[in-house]
Amino acid sequence: MDYDVLIIGAGMSGLAAGIRLAHFEKRVCILERHYAFGGLNSYYKLRGREFDVGLHAVTNYTPCGARSAPLAKLLRQLRLTHDDFALHPQRWSEIRFPHHRLRFSNDTALFIDEVVREFPSEADRFRRFVEEVRQYDDSRLDVPYASTRSVLTDRLREPALVEMLLCSIMYYGSAEENDMDFVQFVTMFKAIFLEGLARPREGVRRIIKTLVRRYRSCGGELRMRSGVRRILLNHDRAVGVELESGEELTAATIISCAGFVETMRLCGEDRANQAGGGSGRLSFVETVGILDTLPRRLGHEATIVFFNDGERFEYARPGAPVDLRSGVVCCPSNYEGHDDMAEGVFRITWLANYDRWAGLDDESYAGLKTGYLAEFTKQAARYIPDFARHLVDVDMFTPRTIERYTGHLNGAVYGSPRKCRDGRTEIQNLYICGTDQGYLGIIGAALSGITIANLHVLSQS
Amino acid sequence: MVDQDIRNLILDIIATVAPDADLSNVVGHVRLRDQLDLDSMDFLDIVMELRKRHKIEVPKEDYQQLATLDSCVAYLGPKFQAVTAAR
Repeated sequence: MDYDVLIIGAGMSGLAAGIRLAHFEKRVCILERHYAFGGLNSYYKLRGREFDVGLHAVTNYTPCGARSAPLAKLLRQLRLTHDDFALHPQRWSEIRFPHHRLRFSNDTALFIDEVVREFPSEADRFRRFVEEVRQYDDSRLDVPYASTRSVLTDRLREPALVEMLLCSIMYYGSAEENDMDFVQFVTMFKAIFLEGLARPREGVRRIIKTLVRRYRSCGGELRMRSGVRRILLNHDRAVGVELESGEELTAATIISCAGFVETMRLCGEDRANQAGGGSGRLSFVETVGILDTLPRRLGHEATIVFFNDGERFEYARPGAPVDLRSGVVCCPSNYEGHDDMAEGVFRITWLANYDRWAGLDDESYAGLKTGYLAEFTKQAARYIPDFARHLVDVDMFTPRTIERYTGHLNGAVYGSPRKCRDGRTEIQNLYICGTDQGYLGIIGAALSGITIANLHVLSQS
Repeated sequence: MVDQDIRNLILDIIATVAPDADLSNVVGHVRLRDQLDLDSMDFLDIVMELRKRHKIEVPKEDYQQLATLDSCVAYLGPKFQAVTAAR
């Protein structure tokens, strides 16, 4: 079969790129290794219950009518309406450190007030910083790297405030250990604090299903259980792919959502070596607890809590299998409009060490999981004292699960620290979108697919 | 095809590309970008929809000809005539 465009991966970015291309009558086919869509953001059924992975929050939430915001751009580009994702805004969330707490909601004023209350000497500097971020054009594809730590310590004086900002932003998107490219920090700061958090009642499946339906209605082809074994090259051009089944497909352009290093590997050992290392090292474990009642009824009202138990925030691959000192707590039922959910969900995400999980035999793997499930119940009791009594089911995904579903080496959730913002690779008609292109969050991922499809296919033909 | 028809076809496209834009009072000589808050992604969409719906090609160097509704009509008029004639 011959296509105009082949897309590797049916995650947010691949689906969004596919919709654009199919809408404008390109012959396009999305190849997905798994039987499930969504890549990093997916869902599954276990013991009769629906579980979500990935999505804590749709960041970049803006109400209907905010025309120039990323969410509105995404909806326009995909010919969707604001109602299609059925997003419900958060109530409030917080960043919790030993001596400071900063609450925030989808009203930026609350966050600024909180920073001013906790750090009065930073009031003017923080307001100026927020304005700087607001004016910064983070959609540009040609911004040179700048260290966020350096920018923040230059603009602000209170180390605790710097650490608190880093904790929230890094957890929602940094592929780099202990620092972050400033342009990505800006993207995520806008997405969380200047825009906001929301969630569809049905979770991420609502978004994925909407995208899949839209893609199919445009005539796009989607092949599940069709992993790509290699990308076929003719000198410096990609000519097609070979699937794991041995079948070959040809195309004029290939867009890969598999990650930069992972994509280069598909092009052969030589290309992978030329590309060098650079795959990410940061992975996570996430534990999802199901409660017989809603966390709000047990006194826990925050939608998201970014927590850190020390003064300084360390965002790095831990030596231990899991680093319990910092993480993110997410309660989906603490979004608005979720009150009638039959059961409560309480999730904690921690940093994890891929190597400590990957090499284990099944028995040791299960044993390690059991140990951390006990730890989960203990940690959750800090938020809901009676947690254990209300816990009815629990599941945990580890760096191993992440690698299996995203294909990212090392289970690196946010991919490589090195991003290709314009999507180009050394192979002229092979482009990267998604995580390793560098736009962040679910809306960012979809915009990444749109941007790469627009830039390298639609505006070229 | 008269100018008003072309104007309506363009407004139809803008209504698809930017369904939240208010098209009731579009002024012919004012830049669409400024009146309707359109960005470069929206303009690419207008070009793509012209091709999809009307088989009209607008090369990149001519994008500026689509700046206002009046300039769209002036620039696209002959292209619409050519396409209609070819049918």
